[in-house]
Amino acid sequence: MSRRDEDVLLPDGKILRHDNGERVVHWIIAIVFIFLFLSGLAMFSPFFFWLSALFGGGQSMRLLHPFAGVVLAVLFYPYAWGLRRDNHWTPADSNWVEHMFAYMRKAMHFPDTGKYNAGQKLMYWSMIPIIAVLTVTGVVLWQPWFAPSFSAGTRRAAGLVHAASAFVMFVGIGVHWYAAYWTRGSIRAMVRGTVTRAWARYHHPAWFRHITGKDS
Amino acid sequence: MALETQDIKARSATTTSVPPNARSHQPEVAKLIDLSRCIGCKACQSACMEWNNLREAVGTFDGTYANPLDLTDQSWTVMKFNETEIDGQFAWLIFKDGCLHCTDPGCLKACPAPGAIVQYQNGIVDFQQDLCIGCGYCISGCPFNIPRLRKEDSRVYKCTLCSDRVSVGLEPACIKSCPTQALAFGAKQEMLVQAEHRLEDLHERGLARASIYDPPGVRGTHVFFVLPHGDQPEAYGLPKDPSVGPLLTLWRSGLARTLGVATMFGVLVAGVLHYMRHGPLEVPGESGAGETDQGKEGHP
Repeated sequence: MSRRDEDVLLPDGKILRHDNGERVVHWIIAIVFIFLFLSGLAMFSPFFFWLSALFGGGQSMRLLHPFAGVVLAVLFYPYAWGLRRDNHWTPADSNWVEHMFAYMRKAMHFPDTGKYNAGQKLMYWSMIPIIAVLTVTGVVLWQPWFAPSFSAGTRRAAGLVHAASAFVMFVGIGVHWYAAYWTRGSIRAMVRGTVTRAWARYHHPAWFRHITGKDS
Repeated sequence: MALETQDIKARSATTTSVPPNARSHQPEVAKLIDLSRCIGCKACQSACMEWNNLREAVGTFDGTYANPLDLTDQSWTVMKFNETEIDGQFAWLIFKDGCLHCTDPGCLKACPAPGAIVQYQNGIVDFQQDLCIGCGYCISGCPFNIPRLRKEDSRVYKCTLCSDRVSVGLEPACIKSCPTQALAFGAKQEMLVQAEHRLEDLHERGLARASIYDPPGVRGTHVFFVLPHGDQPEAYGLPKDPSVGPLLTLWRSGLARTLGVATMFGVLVAGVLHYMRHGPLEVPGESGAGETDQGKEGHP
């Protein structure tokens, strides 16, 4: 199934960064995440309970939230599996992390960045365990079908871990959103699928060299 | 559906002050269950079902007189008959299970739905099923395993201590039906005095370890027991030292909620500030939006 590297060079001079399937799945996951985040926030903090109105009231929100969670997990893991080859951690990534703040100040540029930079890879590798933990603890809390099989102590712990992981996930996704907005061309890449040659050469030089066979 | 004749002392998932509070002089009430006098006749169980209009399904038999075997959404109090050994001797311990109406209720603390659980000024902890969202957090929050989720309507039920009767000056239905005065109801202070008298009696009769079960871990309860074998509450099915516990306290604390929400806003603010200071990351020369020519954004 894997696309050959040459195929990403399109006839109009653009480069295909995210193919149709990848983009569709990405945006479904994004919508499901927003659904889960808003309904979860309503159940986490009384200050935001009014958000339950968006889901047809508290009962239907409580009913829908776990099903949305299953949809997210079922879509996310095959999606993540498809991205695994481009997310191997390299010494260049460790270097990127070391100079992360200089990168954020636009004081540093990395010639060895592959298809994903180390920030994106950290996002990738953190979401894999976080979504697993959210799914497992979510099943433990899921009334009326699964929760009765677990002890009250287990469910209390699951509630705490579920809230803490959701919090980490929100902060991670928040950074992800901002980074996408900050790096001009990224949102277009995930909406339309394509980037310019200059964009690929500047932001992901090692990827650009790899797909074009050129050094610059 | 909270009772208008009762003041509310605590309300689930509510951060602002709790209205109404004009009748805050109400004394705390309590039901005293003296298990030394209980004969296990189940009159209280029947009276509960009759007053609250509940209908239990036909159940199964486990060799004891318990029927049903445990609390359900239709049986808010259940008589249990524990056969055990105490000091090497056989003991048949009759126990009336049901909500204890804690002063520090784990159910109310765990509940995410505003107002679905209230605690009245008189100490009664009452579920407001119309506001319940069916998440079951109250069930895991309860140190005594009392609330029951009804599958048919996804709402949780338990003993109300007949809050409807108490609010108009009547005793709970179970109290009316008890033939041996094992059950008594009144102001908590008076009930404690009565329990002390019962204890003296029991101590004289040789039950030296008889004691009152009014656990301090939940800051006392509004249904409390005189236990003939007070040193072994577990033998009756009661936890030795119940409390809401650190996990639940941390999970539902104002601190965790505030920290969580504040950090989320912090991420938003950090993004705005970063953008104001550094602007977007662009391919050099691609957009032309430099410090000097702000107007030409977007088109290479």
